[in-house]
Amino acid sequence: MSGPLVQLLYLGAAICFVLGLKWLSSPATAVRGNRVSGFGMLMAVVITLLSEPAVSYTVIIAGVVVGGGLGLWMARAVKMTAMPQMVALLNGLGGGASLVVGSAEFMKSEMLGEHLLLDTSIALHIAVLIGGVTLTGSVIAFAKLQELMSGRAITFPLQKTLNAVLFLGAVTIAVFQVTQPESLLGPFLVLVGVALALGVLLVIPIGGADMPVVISLLNSYSGIAAAMTGFVIRNEVLIISGALVGSSGIILSQIMCKAMNRSLANVLFGAFGATVQISGKSAEGLTARQTSADDVAVQLAYAQSVIVVPGYGLAVAQAQHVLRELADLAEKKGVTVKYAIHPVAGRMPGHMNVLLAEANVPYDKLFDMDEINSEFERTDLVLVIGANDVVNPAARTDPSSPIYGMPILNVDYAKAVVVLKRGMGAGFAGIENELFFNPKTAMLFGDAKQSLTKLVAELKTL
Amino acid sequence: MLETLIAGIVIFTLSTFLGVELIHRVPSTLHTPLMSGANAISGITVVGALIMAGAGHGWISNVLGFLAVVFAMVNVAGGYVVTDRMLQMFKRKPTVEAE
Repeated sequence: MSGPLVQLLYLGAAICFVLGLKWLSSPATAVRGNRVSGFGMLMAVVITLLSEPAVSYTVIIAGVVVGGGLGLWMARAVKMTAMPQMVALLNGLGGGASLVVGSAEFMKSEMLGEHLLLDTSIALHIAVLIGGVTLTGSVIAFAKLQELMSGRAITFPLQKTLNAVLFLGAVTIAVFQVTQPESLLGPFLVLVGVALALGVLLVIPIGGADMPVVISLLNSYSGIAAAMTGFVIRNEVLIISGALVGSSGIILSQIMCKAMNRSLANVLFGAFGATVQISGKSAEGLTARQTSADDVAVQLAYAQSVIVVPGYGLAVAQAQHVLRELADLAEKKGVTVKYAIHPVAGRMPGHMNVLLAEANVPYDKLFDMDEINSEFERTDLVLVIGANDVVNPAARTDPSSPIYGMPILNVDYAKAVVVLKRGMGAGFAGIENELFFNPKTAMLFGDAKQSLTKLVAELKTL
Repeated sequence: MLETLIAGIVIFTLSTFLGVELIHRVPSTLHTPLMSGANAISGITVVGALIMAGAGHGWISNVLGFLAVVFAMVNVAGGYVVTDRMLQMFKRKPTVEAE
């Protein structure tokens, strides 16, 4: 195939990606969008194989079989609760691919004794740096989410100084390499090493509760690294796709930060959750009112409107399916049931929605914070299941609280609140919750799944 | 050389703006599939990986090419399939009960 035709076909692939993202704007067209996007990818692969005849196809076929097989297996085997880890791992591999392609291009020029053009060289070094950070940073994010390592922020003295020194060192090496008439292998390998170390060091001081922001940001990095690879191999479709993914990750990071009332810099460098934080107001001397499943079932049956606030605890207990069963029963008794989803309810943006969709909860009953916050006042009963910080009124009222200013679901405005919770322990961010001591609130202690199962049984008898 | 660089920068900048416009329209309920889907798109590096893997510049280049293809293919295959799996769950008609 000739140059211009190849270029136009690549453009076709890029259009598929754009349409794919456009159709993600509605659940009704999203499946089609993703498939069109996948078709674009297939097109890009076929064009590449036809336009750049390989010397040997052995390596290509081996790579496609191993990588494709692994990808398919992961995609089918992964549980919906483990989706954040899966995405973290995929981000890392995307960054890793850019790192390796950049390195291969560098090695090629070394071996053939070719000079890298200035612009190629700049893009190559940026691709390697960002790709390396994305690879190891994502591996750490994966390990934290998979609980292979502690979710707590890991800090040590002079950490920020070390990171700054490493980053400046990496930039210095890159500038040195680019301005040399001939790039050298030694400094290049040092740069790769520094990039890999930086990825680890930048993510370990970030606490588990902030992982949604980190995954979004690493998503963005993997896109930028792909775009830089596009500059290296002079292929526009990589630049376009990389830029699209880069902007997607940045927007999601911003949304997450806004939902936590924190700046991106604070999330990345604030080491939030390094120690157990105690709110200014102590919970001592206050008692929480305990309730029982049969009482809650009665409240539920005679309510007109109920809002369910699910948190990650619901997913951990695998209680989504029982919850839907409960909601179905209540609806048969004429109760209106809605779900209020806080942006950081799961472990990544939109995670809770996926978990509820898996349990067949219709997506038109899921409402995000801004849509539903005005409705709590008119709601008879709120069921808080496995959520904590996102319903803590201290965010509105207590300037000394670490979460002060964070937008929350105003469940304390409802007529009655029932909190399903394992015990009185503090939440993921380690903060005391005064909602539990509110006279309107009753606590139903126990495993979320068992409590909900009891509620279903009680509700059936009414 | 400068022309291709400038053209690349123009494409990158405009695509970023396009991306921002597109992503802002995605409802929060689809943000997880958006991320995995976007991730699959960033697997476009597979194009570069295939070229490297097929070039046959000796064993280092072969090893790196193989690794690059594996990484990118996991990204592509895993990303698209898992996104499809999630989106199928949202496609279910709100009135249909799976009981």
